Amino acid sequence: MIRLIVKRLLIGVLVMWGAASVIFLIVRVAPGDPASIMLGPDADSEQIADLTARLGLDKPMYVQYLSYLGDVVRLDFGDSYRLGTAAMPTVLERLSATAELMLASTAIAVIVGLTLGLLAGARPGSITDRVVSAISIALQSFPTFWVGIMLILIFAQALRILPSAGAGSPLHLILPAVTLALPFTAVVARLTRTNVAETMREAYIQTARSKGLSERQVLLGHALRNSLIPVVTVVGLHMGGLMGGAVVVENVFAWPGTGSLIVDAVSNRDYGLVQAATFLIAGIVMVFNLVTDLVYSQLDPRIRLDGAS
Amino acid sequence: MTATLEKSPAKAGPTARKRPGRRWTRWIPYAILALYALTGGIGPLLIDYNPVYTSLPDRLLAPGSPVSSGATAWLGTDGTGRDVLAQVVYGARTSVLIGLATVVVSCVVGVAIGTLAGYFRGWPDMILARGIDILLAFPAILLTIVIAGAFERSVLVVVVALSATAWISFARVTRGVALSIRERAWVDAARVLGVRPLAILWRHVVPFTAGPVVALATLEFALVVLAEAGLSFLGIGLPNSAVSWGQTIANGKQYLATAWWISAIPGVALSLLIITIGILGDQLTARYGRGHVR
Repeated sequence: MIRLIVKRLLIGVLVMWGAASVIFLIVRVAPGDPASIMLGPDADSEQIADLTARLGLDKPMYVQYLSYLGDVVRLDFGDSYRLGTAAMPTVLERLSATAELMLASTAIAVIVGLTLGLLAGARPGSITDRVVSAISIALQSFPTFWVGIMLILIFAQALRILPSAGAGSPLHLILPAVTLALPFTAVVARLTRTNVAETMREAYIQTARSKGLSERQVLLGHALRNSLIPVVTVVGLHMGGLMGGAVVVENVFAWPGTGSLIVDAVSNRDYGLVQAATFLIAGIVMVFNLVTDLVYSQLDPRIRLDGAS
Repeated sequence: MTATLEKSPAKAGPTARKRPGRRWTRWIPYAILALYALTGGIGPLLIDYNPVYTSLPDRLLAPGSPVSSGATAWLGTDGTGRDVLAQVVYGARTSVLIGLATVVVSCVVGVAIGTLAGYFRGWPDMILARGIDILLAFPAILLTIVIAGAFERSVLVVVVALSATAWISFARVTRGVALSIRERAWVDAARVLGVRPLAILWRHVVPFTAGPVVALATLEFALVVLAEAGLSFLGIGLPNSAVSWGQTIANGKQYLATAWWISAIPGVALSLLIITIGILGDQLTARYGRGHVR
């Protein structure tokens, strides 16, 4: 177990180095001189030269890369030129709103997805099964930003029962969380359906039935429990996708999280913020993947990652 | 696996009876796709549209209203008096073209890298595996946003930004196929006969990736079209001179209270396209499998 953790952590460090390098590469290849972007169109050439020297942008590329890596290790991504604050703390400040959104979405997706999957998987081929399949395909296909706008149209404009944008009350959380949860709900539902349908053919389900347990007890006590492990995995592995979805959803609902900050920073070429935010998200996704791997191997004694791979 | 085998004879009855009914419904996705291709291909020739044109008297007209030029705006007009139907038609062309271009680019790159890594194994395979690990650390849409945002907005940049993550699935699937094919007798035979490795790859390995690659390409096409619309919605994708469903949906957001059709209609067009491709992709995956070789 310890060996496995160490190995995964080493790969994790490698991945984070690679991620930092990818970010460095994109920002350096991008057209436009960072110093003149930061100073705006009114700056004269002397000011630009001064800032270029201060940022170290006149040094050879490898020197810039090495000093950048040094900064990355200290999580120092410089300042946001627009907000005038240190980049990483600014990103971290906005992270709690994103975390809140993702937590609510995951809860919705798991509860609704498990219920739908259980209903469909209990009787494969039934009307319920087909309806759930159709709903899942639709939920996975709708563009989230459009679904968000349609929900605003219905619940904020027509019915006037929920706020359309911003944060502050639990009511504000409902629409963005539901929007973000919908495609994920479909994933959980499809997965649970397949697993439950497969489990229901197992011998121990027949045994449970022949003991005289009700169908409900068989489903909840036996079939559901064995279908939970893959769900745990998919929840962990889906955190990256959920983060990506949050970037879009936060913009639709003006939710004050990391996602809306990133799009803002990208549009304004605020590279300090862009680098800090992308690096942080890559780190979070990596940690989730690591934890998922470990939890997975603990949940299912048949899986021993250290031996197998 | 045994469970499926035991099940199949019992299942053969009803499936066989269902066949005649299924035969024509199987073509529905193709028909819908053909409709989109026709709309995108011929529509722009029939309908005139100027993205920078503004007509103040025709602002925010409801679907079916007559416009000042005497024509009818069947799907209404937007905040600057531009026809929504024309935007849907031109948007179809944009989505399909960008989707195709991205899928072709990422397919070529992915298949090349995937088969090389799977066939030669060793260090090329290691580099591929770690490279994919690194790229997958970013949520796909985030990497796309950062790349697309760093450069001047253009069609080329959008295709490159989307391909930066889309090639990964192709590489993974073809790597799996190459790994299994390289052990086959005919590949050994070719090797013994002294055929050059690249020729073996091209003639004896790559053809076997066709099935799974086609199935994957349809699903990737759907993802890419969605991602492009998302990018344009965020204002990071295509330049304003191009017409994109994502842009139209974003433009309509500020008029939701008075003109729901600007955002709603392009979204319906987009959703229908994605659902259709999804169904088609599932059909193809069921038939050709993912890296499954018979």
